[in-house]
Amino acid sequence: MSNSLNSLSRAMALGFVRDKTALFFTILFPLMFLVLFGGIFKDQTAPRSEVVQIGQVSLLDRIPPAERSQLDQVLQLEKTDDRAAALEKVRKGDADAAVEEVGQTIVLHYAAADQVKSGTVRGLFDSLVQYGNLAAAGVTKPAYSLETQQVEDESLKTIQYVTPGLLGWAIATGAMFGAALTLVTWRQKKVLRRLRLAPVSTATIAGARVGVSIAIALVQMAIFIGVALIPYFGLRLSAYWWMAIPLVGAGTLAFLAIGLLAGSFAKTAEAASAIANLIVLPMAFLSGAFFPLQGAPGWLQTISKALPLRHLVDGMQAVMVRGEGPASVLPQIGILLAFAVVVSVIAVSLFRWDDA
Amino acid sequence: MPSTIVVKDVRKLYGETRAVDGVSFEVSEGEFLGILGPNGAGKTTTLEIIEGLRQADEGEVRVLGESPWPRNPNLLPRIGVQLQASSFFERLTAREQIRTWASLYGIAPKKADEMLDVVGLGDKANTPTEKLSGGQAQRLSIACALAHGPDLVFLDEPTSGLDPQARRNLWDLLRDINAEGRTVVLTTHYMDEAEILCDRVAIMDLGKILELGTPAALVRGLDAPTHVSVESGAIPEAEARRLFSDADVSDDGVSLTIATRAPAAVLSTLAERNALRGLSVRGATLEDVFLNLTGREYRDEQ
Repeated sequence: MSNSLNSLSRAMALGFVRDKTALFFTILFPLMFLVLFGGIFKDQTAPRSEVVQIGQVSLLDRIPPAERSQLDQVLQLEKTDDRAAALEKVRKGDADAAVEEVGQTIVLHYAAADQVKSGTVRGLFDSLVQYGNLAAAGVTKPAYSLETQQVEDESLKTIQYVTPGLLGWAIATGAMFGAALTLVTWRQKKVLRRLRLAPVSTATIAGARVGVSIAIALVQMAIFIGVALIPYFGLRLSAYWWMAIPLVGAGTLAFLAIGLLAGSFAKTAEAASAIANLIVLPMAFLSGAFFPLQGAPGWLQTISKALPLRHLVDGMQAVMVRGEGPASVLPQIGILLAFAVVVSVIAVSLFRWDDA
Repeated sequence: MPSTIVVKDVRKLYGETRAVDGVSFEVSEGEFLGILGPNGAGKTTTLEIIEGLRQADEGEVRVLGESPWPRNPNLLPRIGVQLQASSFFERLTAREQIRTWASLYGIAPKKADEMLDVVGLGDKANTPTEKLSGGQAQRLSIACALAHGPDLVFLDEPTSGLDPQARRNLWDLLRDINAEGRTVVLTTHYMDEAEILCDRVAIMDLGKILELGTPAALVRGLDAPTHVSVESGAIPEAEARRLFSDADVSDDGVSLTIATRAPAAVLSTLAERNALRGLSVRGATLEDVFLNLTGREYRDEQ
């Protein structure tokens, strides 16, 4: 019995390790996304506004040097006397705005093409004018002051967000494809039939698949965390990150069950791949595996709550990077396991030993 | 001696099609039985019912004294089943393949490796199964079915798609398996294979067994004419027709053929006239038996 389990697991593991396509799509491909997202958005700070100053603008010219350097962090000024050329630059998008002084009025020329940038520049000059007015009125210590800080940056840097998300996607892909393709190719090649004629129980066969898939998922987890921890990416794991291990186990079971269901419908390996892809990709987007769902409409959030990947990703974020306690992910583990049981029951009822 | 397999009036319907339509036969211990018939004759379904892969709608099946349906754990270690050459785990070498299958029966790796040598694949042990030739894959498949030393072996068209040399090699292997005292049941659509290998042959078509017996008895029972051929011109066609008036004489320009039921008389007459140049004598074969039974040409594989 244990002998059968070992040798079947070994056969499956060897089949996986020697399958270059499977290795690529379950490990390398998601890892590429991690490296891309982690690298591109590594030093994400608000970009400086580029503004062309036409002639003399006393408001800007009179700013004392100490405050000037502070202003330089958000504003890059370029001086010119050629008004036409300056406006042309704005029109072409080479500068965010052009500023000139007409009498007592500060005139800001901007293009509305990039609303975020033009909004930023407008806001910036609005406050500069107010500041100038206060200074002109002799107020050196305003009654209120506003200091802004970006909150997201503090709680979840990009790498903190994408590591659990992409890992969840990778695990879902690995487990689903593993189950669906094993079932379909074994049925097609009559390996299932041959196994039915061997003294080995279905529990042993299923057990081998579950064991191998969980092992693959843990390897994926180790590689992902290992890469994200490299100082260049700078992942910082929180104290109870290891609670992600049972989460990954429960998640693997849930996605194995979905893969089994997909494999029950599909007749060929190609069809099984297509069905698995049709499920896993939209689910990854809807589950916030790639980007946050905070801005998504309510109905989408509701759909998302029905997806197992959403709970896997939420749970992993909670314990891996948000620093929540071990017990906080018990509901997610419960949901994933319940999902696995329900879908498995359906899949088993649809199970066929052969095509005929 | 108790029968290894007893099949009594088994029927299986697929929708409107009578895949197996009242089949009965017995196979005794150590016997080599062939089930011969074209595709769609019902031979594979019959085999699957005996193996325990399918349930018969009607009738009774006993294998080694037990019922194969539903899946019978007592029976499984005692039977060996070769399905098709492609029924392997993906991306394993020949050695890993047979060791995996053997371990499911509790057989040690060493014994599995020996089986690889028995089928002549010792030097292919490290070759991925996907890279084996058709004949090698068939032999590996048979080795996987035999590693646990079953009393009863089922082979489903083991030589289909093989070249003549590979078929002959496989025939030697199958004869050896049977010589070790194992009971072998084989399905085939090759007449020559059944004739050469099997102790008895069941000819099946349209779900029924048309005839069951030793190949020699089937052919003898046919009472088919013997074809005596000599080189064209050894004897004039007209004279041949006159001499052998109750035979069927034809000349295709290369050889003159006399289809007769009294070959001894024809041969002595030809010898008297010194007309035996290029002589060949062909008796009836299983193919003729099949033709006679079904009244039509042999339906070949689509």
